[in-house]
Amino acid sequence: MNYRFKTGQDLLELCYEHNLSIGEIALMREAQASNMSKEEVYNLMLESYKVMKESAQKGIITSEDSMGKLIGHNAKKMYDYYRMGESIASGMLSKAIAYSLAITEENSRMGKIVACPTAGACGVVPAVLNALEEDREIDEKKIVMALFNASAIGLIIATYASISGAEGGCQAEVGSASAMAASAVVELLGGSPRASLEGAAIALKNMLGLVCDPVAGLVEVPCSKRNAGGVGNAITAAEMALAGIESFVPFDQVVVTMGRVGKMLPSSLRETAQGGLAITKAAKEYTQRD
Amino acid sequence: MSNNLSLFDITGPIMIGPSSSHTAGACRLGYAARRILGEDVSSVIFHLYGSFKETLKGHGTDRALLGGILGFLPDDIRIRDSFQIADESGVMYAFIKEDEEEDHPNTVKIELIGKTGEKKIVKGQSVGGGNIRITQIDKTNLKIDGKYCTLVTRHWDRVGIVQEVTGILNKCNVNIAQMSLYREAVNDQAYMIIEADDPISKECLEAVQNVAKMQYAAVIDKLY
Ligand code: SF4
Repeated sequence: MNYRFKTGQDLLELCYEHNLSIGEIALMREAQASNMSKEEVYNLMLESYKVMKESAQKGIITSEDSMGKLIGHNAKKMYDYYRMGESIASGMLSKAIAYSLAITEENSRMGKIVACPTAGACGVVPAVLNALEEDREIDEKKIVMALFNASAIGLIIATYASISGAEGGCQAEVGSASAMAASAVVELLGGSPRASLEGAAIALKNMLGLVCDPVAGLVEVPCSKRNAGGVGNAITAAEMALAGIESFVPFDQVVVTMGRVGKMLPSSLRETAQGGLAITKAAKEYTQRD
Repeated sequence: MSNNLSLFDITGPIMIGPSSSHTAGACRLGYAARRILGEDVSSVIFHLYGSFKETLKGHGTDRALLGGILGFLPDDIRIRDSFQIADESGVMYAFIKEDEEEDHPNTVKIELIGKTGEKKIVKGQSVGGGNIRITQIDKTNLKIDGKYCTLVTRHWDRVGIVQEVTGILNKCNVNIAQMSLYREAVNDQAYMIIEADDPISKECLEAVQNVAKMQYAAVIDKLY
């Protein structure tokens, strides 16, 4: 039995042929490719998920400057607001936003995080999964399997487009993370493998063209809040996919498009801090301080 | 990107933030350099090229490089305090920003002096996602990526020495995945890089060090 896949279409065919979820196929693929047992591979992912949760939990109670002192106090503010129960968003979304800020703030103050798919975009997938786990009281095992699902989506994107801001702009980082999260949520809430890919396609489409323009080259502004934006987008896309809505452009074509758009972005909008928000008056004042 | 990616290249690595190439990769470069030296470091100078010059403070590249020298891996929270830990253990360090252009934007040259006076110069690149490549040891260009447990030797070129080393590994039950030889043009010396599927023990390394005409041997354990 061969569980290798390259495209989203390959992945779907494997799912239907073996009657397995995307997460399960991804787990089998990894075991096969790495010569590890299924259990060993599962445990590695479980370990990652535990670190993700620790970073979220630590971040929501910490109010401490980031390395560049641009952020570090938003997660706690957001979490306190969520706890007041007055948020405009649903409780789950509000909490996921808080987690997203928490994880990215931890990252920017040299805390321990899990890159997913990158360190800059580390706050999307874990925030959504952790908030959903708590909100719906979902078994942790299922969440870990959803993390395999998300990783499979990321793998396809990395193969046919890019997951690096320097190569493809932020659509490749937060955009990819958002697509990964959307697909994982669809699987967790009982959607079909096909619906997962629809969710991923919709999420990625909504982030097409997003530039990478970090102020002073730090992974702080706009990165942290942009991760939270990626959370909202992931949930929006998953919601549509779960309602049975399809993407007009299939997932594989959206991925290739993202890669192509990335190549068209000028280098000033690909992590060089020479365009976008990085050259605003506010950014320049910060860069020229002291 | 290559098609040999693992799912854990997507979800992972577990690391101290904020940047996989400027923090996690930098830490691995420092760690590999320390292993190549083969003993505890008493002083180190980091020469930084390209983006590494810019990310030194804001991405914690300095603390990560130094943390690696102290033997910390990218997920070790002690990286945050590596200046203090280095000061406490009497390790001297300096960072120099270089103006020359290098092939890769994230390049560092690390000059090390060990506790017994052993010296090495190691150059490497952080190539993305926390992955690294060692490109030079002293004056020899070579390639080590740390995906395997790696044996590095420098020896006088003589008939049979390669077989002798592989024989020792064999006896230690170490399976060889790949092997490369890099000859130095000027004198009859060569570097041998052996990537192994299994960890190489201290005893095994000592046996290699005792081979006739062997000048130097060190082991870099698997970095991922
Ligand atoms: S703006 Fe750039 S550095 Fe920040 S998260 Fe997006 S891609 Fe990463």
